[in-house]
Amino acid sequence: MRFIPVTCEQQESMLRAIGARDIDELFEDIPKSVRLKTGVSLARGLSEIELAAELEALSAENATHLVSFLGGGCYDHYIPAIVDAVVSKPAFFTAYTPYQPEVSQGTLQATYEYQSMVCALTGMDVANASVYDGATALVEAALMAARVTKRHSVVVSEGVHPEWRDVLRTYAASGAISVVECPAPDGCIDLDALRSSVVDAAAVLVSCPSFLGTVEDLASVGEIAHEAGALCVVSADPVLLGIMEPPSSFGADIVVGEGQSLGNPMSYGGPGLGLFACRQEFLRQMPGRIVGRTVDVDGRPGFVLTMQTREQHIRRERATSNICSNHSLNAIAAGVYLAAVGQEGLAGIASACVAKAHYLHDALVRTGAFSPANGRPFGYEFALRYEGDVRAMQEALLDRGYLAGLDLSRFGERYSGMVLFAVTEKRTRAQMDAFVEEVVSL
Amino acid sequence: MSQGTRPPLTGRLIFESGTPESRCVTPPEPDVPDVDMDAALGGMLRREAPALPHVTEVEIARHYERLASANFGVDTGFYPLGSCTMKYNPKIDEWACRLDGFADAHPYQPEVTVQGLLHLMYDLQSALGEVSGLPAVSLQPAAGAHGELTGLMVIRAYHVAMGDARKRVIIPDSAHGTNPATVAMCGYEVTQVPSDARGGVDLDGLRAALGPDVAAIMLTNPNTLGLFDENICAITQLVHEAGALAYCDGANLNAIMGHARPGDLGFDVMHINLHKTFATPHGGGGPGAGPVCVAPALAEFLPSPVVVRDGEGEYHLHTPEKTIGRVRSFLGNVGVLVRAYSYIRALGGDGLKDVSEQAVLSANYLAQRLRGEYELPYDRRCMHEFVLSAERQRKEHGVRTLDIAKRLLDYGIHPPTVYFPLIVHEAMMIEPTETESLETLDRFADVMLAIAEEAKSDPEMLHGAPYSTPVRRLDEARAAREPDLAWKPMRDGAL
Repeated sequence: MRFIPVTCEQQESMLRAIGARDIDELFEDIPKSVRLKTGVSLARGLSEIELAAELEALSAENATHLVSFLGGGCYDHYIPAIVDAVVSKPAFFTAYTPYQPEVSQGTLQATYEYQSMVCALTGMDVANASVYDGATALVEAALMAARVTKRHSVVVSEGVHPEWRDVLRTYAASGAISVVECPAPDGCIDLDALRSSVVDAAAVLVSCPSFLGTVEDLASVGEIAHEAGALCVVSADPVLLGIMEPPSSFGADIVVGEGQSLGNPMSYGGPGLGLFACRQEFLRQMPGRIVGRTVDVDGRPGFVLTMQTREQHIRRERATSNICSNHSLNAIAAGVYLAAVGQEGLAGIASACVAKAHYLHDALVRTGAFSPANGRPFGYEFALRYEGDVRAMQEALLDRGYLAGLDLSRFGERYSGMVLFAVTEKRTRAQMDAFVEEVVSL
Repeated sequence: MSQGTRPPLTGRLIFESGTPESRCVTPPEPDVPDVDMDAALGGMLRREAPALPHVTEVEIARHYERLASANFGVDTGFYPLGSCTMKYNPKIDEWACRLDGFADAHPYQPEVTVQGLLHLMYDLQSALGEVSGLPAVSLQPAAGAHGELTGLMVIRAYHVAMGDARKRVIIPDSAHGTNPATVAMCGYEVTQVPSDARGGVDLDGLRAALGPDVAAIMLTNPNTLGLFDENICAITQLVHEAGALAYCDGANLNAIMGHARPGDLGFDVMHINLHKTFATPHGGGGPGAGPVCVAPALAEFLPSPVVVRDGEGEYHLHTPEKTIGRVRSFLGNVGVLVRAYSYIRALGGDGLKDVSEQAVLSANYLAQRLRGEYELPYDRRCMHEFVLSAERQRKEHGVRTLDIAKRLLDYGIHPPTVYFPLIVHEAMMIEPTETESLETLDRFADVMLAIAEEAKSDPEMLHGAPYSTPVRRLDEARAAREPDLAWKPMRDGAL
């Protein structure tokens, strides 16, 4: 039997050992009326050769060799070969949560190093071992801010990714928090509107860069939040943090982000990596797993899961979150990635992205077909207004091998006519020049 | 020093390797004009570079190889961790999720360019609907606990649509900690019901707990004692009569495939841990995936998006009419979902039934071999796992479950889940899974019996175990008292 090493003969002897007639007897606690008679109604199993052929055929039905300018929370960054070499080690990927630290030092130390790197990037004092993705990290930050401040409402900038705000609303429906959306006409939060909506808020949630790629005035946001007694929660782009001043410098209390860019494939949007870091004083309200360094009985350095009294398996309904896992393998990948590129490499990659994005931005605007959607500074993602029919333009360019940005109208009428372009270090000048030529020829 | 000295496998941080000049991956040569970065970024150029390691590729390769060799995974050895279903993770699944048509797909690509992927997701939804007997499926949740939360949100949305969100959720005292934590996160109060003498839900306790303000019961079946609740149909009927819904925590689905479907047992909602029953690797704690399956009446409340197929056989992302909204970004943990699909296709319907049968047989076999030396508090036929107690070893020899668990490490075996469920003293929850040979099962039983002997002859030795692991028992109190959660260049020395 597939993946079952016990033989039929051994099954018989095992049944004899436990005093059972046959296998069916083992299922007699299931009431007869609901016991299945036909088994599982699924097709027969495939041999590995058949299965590989089927999977290759399904894979081939996806166009993934297009020249892509898609971003919007998931990015086509280069992944060094060493990353998959590490996360493909069975001792990492076939392990469970490191509850037995004596045989889990690999996962634990790699996670401690990851936490250290997240602290280095964000400027925060402590980081957890990760949560599911950027969107759920933002929600956890909002819930945490409500616990810290004992307040109920959070103000979220409309410059935060629309899907993330949707997730925030979904969680808020259960009553733990209420959500106030603050206008952000160019992606950047309207500071006057913020001043009037922040009263009694637990937190202000902003994204820098914003969903539209624009750079937020974090210093003002932090000041306004703190004056009102609210926490300042910033979602940051971990690649850009290689060259951007960390949110800590502007008073951020909690920093979250989507860490997929750090060595994880896009994989149609998941698994992602929820970055989560905060100031030391809020440590005991932080959700999720945390790894700490300590010593063993012989005085050797070692690592353990710590501060577990915050968590569901100890505190049950009074836990800081119901989360019972992290995206451990993705976090390890991020650690390997950051070690592989180092501080200079990360800065170089971020600079390349920004330079290329500005090159494409200017070239597209020069065609006359596009105009800037706003005049704000941006990183490696920017929104342009298209003069014609966006859908027709994208379809025509798809036929020529391009994913021509993200049609923002999917997020509502107000974004109609706007296209979001992302440019990573993988795009070359030649690709961009050819793309611009195709745009001109439309 | 005649024996030589090996450096320790762990403890030395990646930050402490390499030199400031060491490089692994360097960025591409610029092929576009320079831009003024500070101006481009609105004056927010970083003043001080983040303290990241400087290492060469060979140093990274060796660092993580050392760390890996200090880790224990399913490929290392027997991993009978109850409730976690640590079965073997087939390598074809790892290959599958890395195919470029899956790994390199962007979530905002036009649907027409990802038909293969959506086809796969659609078929996975269908397969999970078939296995669960709950045909409407969302692949969004990223983990079991996330699935629980999503399922409860669906239940809340249903009650709200009926005019009353209700207030309480009933949970048995044998439940996983995530259940009460999820209930609280969803804005409900927990009402705990006791277990009866046979380990099932106490029916009188349930009747007393039910009322018009109860939104749902959350039940793991088979439960965390590894026992199938014989009264399950009566339980779901009582729950429905009170106008509440029945939620099945699918953590233990590996026991019943091909023999029962939660939907047929009267459950309305369940989550499935793909990283348990469907063999996707645990990854050292994630990523997993916790799809939610619901009865047709609840389909319109599922999170957005679900995958649908139109009359022309084309696949689309669809937002259900009364959706609770999104519970995370994008479709789901696709890399995990591809692995689960591959596993299901490898086994087929008959293979999945074989899986559950062997999982149950192996658990009963081990229970039979160990019930003499160790207490078996619920002495009846178990499903895919069972719970022993080391109460006798504690009383007679002062040896606790923790000591036994740590001693197992010296024999190259990962310990069972310990001190859970909470209703059994000195609990050891053992789940062998179907992917272990009879030889492995017998060796585990032999080792457990040998440790029971050690408890009698040399209890002191057990208190000190393990002896052969890369590090020994760690000072967890110190870790919590003096948190050291990140390497800091100022404190720990510059690069």
